Amino acid sequence: MGKLSWRALEHDWIEYIADGSMVFGALALIILITVKQRWKWLWTEWLTTVDHKKIGIMYILVSALMLFKGLVDAGMMRAQQATSVGESFGYLHAPHFQQLFTAHGATMIFFVGMGLIFGVINLLLPMQIGARDVAFPFLNSLSFWLFTSGGLYIFISLVIGVFANTGWVAYPPLSGIKYNPWVGVDYWLWSVQISGAGSLLSGINFLVTIVKMRCPGMTWMKMPVFVWASFVALVLVIFAFPILTATVGMLSTDRLLGTHFFTAEAGGSPMMYINLIWAWGHPEVYILVLPMFGVFSEVVPTFCKKRLFGYTSMIWALVAIAFLSFIVWLHHFFTMGAGASVNAFFGIMTMVIAVPTGVKVFNWLFTAYRGKIECKTPMLWFFGFIILFTMGGMTGVLMSVPAIDFQMHNSLFLIAHFHNVIIGGVVFGFFAAYSFWFPKFIGFKLNEKWGVAAFWCWVVGFLVAFMPLYVLGLMGATRRLNHYETSTGWQPLFITAFIGFLIIFAGFLCQVIQLLVSIRDRKDNMDTTGDPWDARTLEWSTTSPPPFYNYAFTPEIHTRDQFWEDKQAGLKPEDREYEDIHMPSSTGAGFAIGTWSCVFGFAMVWQIWWLVTVSFVAMIVHLIMRVYAKNVDYYVPAAQVKEIEMKRGV
Amino acid sequence: MKASYKAILLTVLFVAMFCVLGLFIATHDVAMIDSAGLIGEHQRNLLYICAGLMLIVVLPVFILTLVIGYRYREGGKGKHTPEWEHNNWLELIWWGVPFLIIIVLAIITFRTSHELNPFKPLDSPKKAIKIQAVALQWKWLFIYPELGIATVNLCEFPVDTPLDFEVTADAPMNSFWIPQLGGQIYAMPAMRAKLHLLAKETGTFRGCSSNISGTGFAGMYFDAKSVSDADFAKWVSKVRDSSGQLGRAQYERLVEPSSYDPVQYFGRVSNGLFDWIIMKYTIPTEESAK
Repeated sequence: MGKLSWRALEHDWIEYIADGSMVFGALALIILITVKQRWKWLWTEWLTTVDHKKIGIMYILVSALMLFKGLVDAGMMRAQQATSVGESFGYLHAPHFQQLFTAHGATMIFFVGMGLIFGVINLLLPMQIGARDVAFPFLNSLSFWLFTSGGLYIFISLVIGVFANTGWVAYPPLSGIKYNPWVGVDYWLWSVQISGAGSLLSGINFLVTIVKMRCPGMTWMKMPVFVWASFVALVLVIFAFPILTATVGMLSTDRLLGTHFFTAEAGGSPMMYINLIWAWGHPEVYILVLPMFGVFSEVVPTFCKKRLFGYTSMIWALVAIAFLSFIVWLHHFFTMGAGASVNAFFGIMTMVIAVPTGVKVFNWLFTAYRGKIECKTPMLWFFGFIILFTMGGMTGVLMSVPAIDFQMHNSLFLIAHFHNVIIGGVVFGFFAAYSFWFPKFIGFKLNEKWGVAAFWCWVVGFLVAFMPLYVLGLMGATRRLNHYETSTGWQPLFITAFIGFLIIFAGFLCQVIQLLVSIRDRKDNMDTTGDPWDARTLEWSTTSPPPFYNYAFTPEIHTRDQFWEDKQAGLKPEDREYEDIHMPSSTGAGFAIGTWSCVFGFAMVWQIWWLVTVSFVAMIVHLIMRVYAKNVDYYVPAAQVKEIEMKRGV
Repeated sequence: MKASYKAILLTVLFVAMFCVLGLFIATHDVAMIDSAGLIGEHQRNLLYICAGLMLIVVLPVFILTLVIGYRYREGGKGKHTPEWEHNNWLELIWWGVPFLIIIVLAIITFRTSHELNPFKPLDSPKKAIKIQAVALQWKWLFIYPELGIATVNLCEFPVDTPLDFEVTADAPMNSFWIPQLGGQIYAMPAMRAKLHLLAKETGTFRGCSSNISGTGFAGMYFDAKSVSDADFAKWVSKVRDSSGQLGRAQYERLVEPSSYDPVQYFGRVSNGLFDWIIMKYTIPTEESAK
């Protein structure tokens, strides 16, 4: 059994509680599905689906679960820091605390951030370009299952063994075999490696979808801004993720085979790792935030009832941000001691990014200017985003000045900064998208009152949780401390930050309640029109939720806001003869390969070589079977399309 | 609640928040603001200048958000022009003005990157004192090569004297940082980083590692003590008189992982210990040659 022994199950009581609740939750779910006799439904409708809308929803469900896990991690850390002062060492021992912040970072970036953007891209992108599915539907399902199996390690490591204690980017030599001989770092490695492969495949898939599958008339400069933003982010995925795969791969061979890429001994260089991981890591944050810029570019014109201001500027700003994002990575480690000129170059490139980003902010604001702002929840999230993201941008520019960064680096000021942009940008962006497109894909609107309550909790909670961190940073408090002395005077601020966490968590609970209340009241909030917000892009022209083939007729456009202009002109779709629709067939191959990849990674972590062989062969066999599969697509007969469309009252 | 009240309430909330933060900083000992070091003061002033420059763009954004959000609300007095989507002059302003500000910032950045480069020795009439800092698991070893003494978890030095730190690690990567004096530098195995600081006041300041380095990381702080020349001389002779010696054998014992270590004095240090610590990573051991 390789390195696996009973020792792997030994934990402290807090971890046992977490293990217990996880196992209990999983059992409860299995019993529920069995009692309701939903296994077949689950298999045919969800696990084997290649429908981009269902895959998108599954991405978001997984991310929501991960968000819960990440929030609990955060709360446990802040609770520790609020109490672990002087004589008291809090309720967590250091290794547990260190796993918490590593898991928190890895969860939030790889499995919440990436999951949410791929979820939103899956749902919206094919719809917005008038396509019926993605370019490679099987690959899309495979990507999702790779992403999910990568995420599972974060939970598995809670029960069997430990997670990494190195921080989420796992710098060597700390993450090397010398200082970390057990399995924690390996769990991190395979988690990142497998989900990273999924992300790269998704990147290629959606890029091809945009290039090849736009509806007639949709030239590049007539694409919705969300599609542009995704396009740019996907280019970044394709350039950046191979770097991650290679870097993490080299760290694996260092740990497993005794190579010396990143050791200080025998000619290796840990500094090379730090460069490489951020050559991926900086574009990564733009991969997360750019699609959300796209979301706001759809939300603002809709709720301001006005065309998007400065479309061309918006596109060029996106492209400029993407280009610059690859020449700024060194700002994550000015303190490594590269020469002054090198530092200055990377610092200046970093602050240049503020220009196109600022342009976007002004363009959004001037979309609202002379508009008619309907302050529904998506728009509230937009205003929250503008304020928080601008604040975060400002502190970011401050830290891009190397001479200042020497003081701020690795302090809590930095932590406050990146939460300021990631919560303000990515998380709020997702919440705007969630409340905006929910009726489109589920069929009824979300409860407005609980949505507003959640918004206020998140904004106020954010300020209470993270403003003290800016001050703590200025006081010289570093990140990742599980204990500090009373004389530092930090405790009141840490307690405030913990209260802020509680308010944010209340916001999260409001959203759970919102979902439940909305499901309960769904009959009153049904979206029968398919266009509940009087919106502008193509996805609103079909019914809510859309039929599995999205559009009975492939749309054709002549202007950017074709759907909206048709509405203004009072144009109705003409009656046409229905045609056969070509669709991809469901397949279990993605699920199977994903599951085996999870087993494979687990076997690699514990070095159970027979299981490594079995799972690897199984993956290859499934892949070959899929490659030679005959029934990969089918035609929906015109008569059936007609029947479905009639039922939907079109 | 009426929209106007909401807008006012929001503004008041934000202003109140910044007042509370300002008040806290003003009434507490905030290491970077109440800097006691030459470099730290420069860095703080630079922070103020850059923040001021940024506010030229950031404040209008805040005000515009509030004003536009209020004035163009549904049922508000603002004019509605649904087709208006482009204006060259406006766009020129928000491509141009931030760009100009960034040019100014870029010039400041380039100059200060050189002026405040941690590798650059400081000008001072007084002779600099050399201190070699080694990050261990999880404590700091300070070697004073010119004085032939060494300490653990206490770094004492004379005030108004340039401090030439050489920094390395015999542990996972750390970062050497005394916030009240100025910026930090990574402590990496096999590398010799430099950091130049100068304390303008006497006092005891908290020093730490800012980069996660393993289990005992939180206990890896030390006192940095700035004292008068006379007190420093007294302290040096006190350390010299202590019985502790630091040769390779004692060093091997010292590197054993431990945390929250008490202060230790070594009256004698074997020559070239610091260089040996760096060099040992560049010579393949039998284990690494396998």
